[in-house]
Amino acid sequence: MIDMEVKDKPTIVQAPEGEKGEGFFLTSMSAAVGLARKNSLWPLPFATSCCGIEFMATMGSHYDFARFGAERVSFSARQADLLMVMGTIAKKMAPVLKQVYTQMAEPRWVMAVGACASSGGIFDTYSVLQGIDKVIPVDVYVPGCPPRPEQIIDGLMKIQELVANESIRRRYSPEYKELLASYGIE
Amino acid sequence: MTNEFVAENLQAFLGDALLHIEEPHGLLTIVVHRSRITDVLKHLKNSELNFIFLTDITGVHYPNYPQNELCAVYHLHNLEKNIRIRVKAFMPIENPTIDTATTVFRTANWMERETFDFFGIVFKGHPNLVRILNIDEMDYFPMRKEYPLEDGTRTDKDDSMFGR
Repeated sequence: MIDMEVKDKPTIVQAPEGEKGEGFFLTSMSAAVGLARKNSLWPLPFATSCCGIEFMATMGSHYDFARFGAERVSFSARQADLLMVMGTIAKKMAPVLKQVYTQMAEPRWVMAVGACASSGGIFDTYSVLQGIDKVIPVDVYVPGCPPRPEQIIDGLMKIQELVANESIRRRYSPEYKELLASYGIE
Repeated sequence: MTNEFVAENLQAFLGDALLHIEEPHGLLTIVVHRSRITDVLKHLKNSELNFIFLTDITGVHYPNYPQNELCAVYHLHNLEKNIRIRVKAFMPIENPTIDTATTVFRTANWMERETFDFFGIVFKGHPNLVRILNIDEMDYFPMRKEYPLEDGTRTDKDDSMFGR
């Protein structure tokens, strides 16, 4: 029989810092909500090219994206928390991407996966958007052409870090409002 | 049916409007005056030549050909005899107009929209000559050899970082 402490089991999420007592546990709202959000991110894959294929591998059993609580891929923007843009975004696609982003409910995060989504990549040309941050704000950039599944997972863990640690009221902060306003998103 | 037969037939049909004939890699290529393009396409399709399939329409920009800067290229295919032909028509860049082929081939509709989109060749008589692939707001014709290869609007890649 394997003798293993609960804290050693990788599938169990550690409780945030707080006061523990007989039948109660005290912590901050931000920490509790951040913990919940972090481990139940619903990604919306916006896959337009080869990075999307890498994402399929990432979702598969070998790399098992599900163990991060992200197995529920939301193909509706309304229920998604994390927009994952994977692939070349042509200038004609830019308004579509922006519309998908505005359809997402707060709180929302964006991950630019791969060189094209991050910077236009090799497509240094008239028809390609030179990075999705020209039209929507981006939280995490994953480099690579295409990135390996490990890199996509690393990107998700960076997003999780953000989700767990930022204020649950981020959307009301003047910085955030200013950021969205700079993209013309209300 | 051979290339010689097609060439003789077209020579008889077009006369002086047939400006040039060549056969690069065995593909019969004719240059016609742009005023006769609809006639020649109609003839190729409906006569015994039987080129019933319009494979593609595209454009070329030759900046060094004075008064012949833009070229519309038509590829046709005789499916029965498996013979292909290429028809070219040149036009000046100041007045890049040519008659539409949609009256002969319905499939020319989107091909001409694409050629207009990228080269700015105006197909007179086309039912809906608007951009098909690029963004509607684009105010230039990107495949013309008039622009730097890179997007001039970009701000993130400067020469000091990318060694250009």
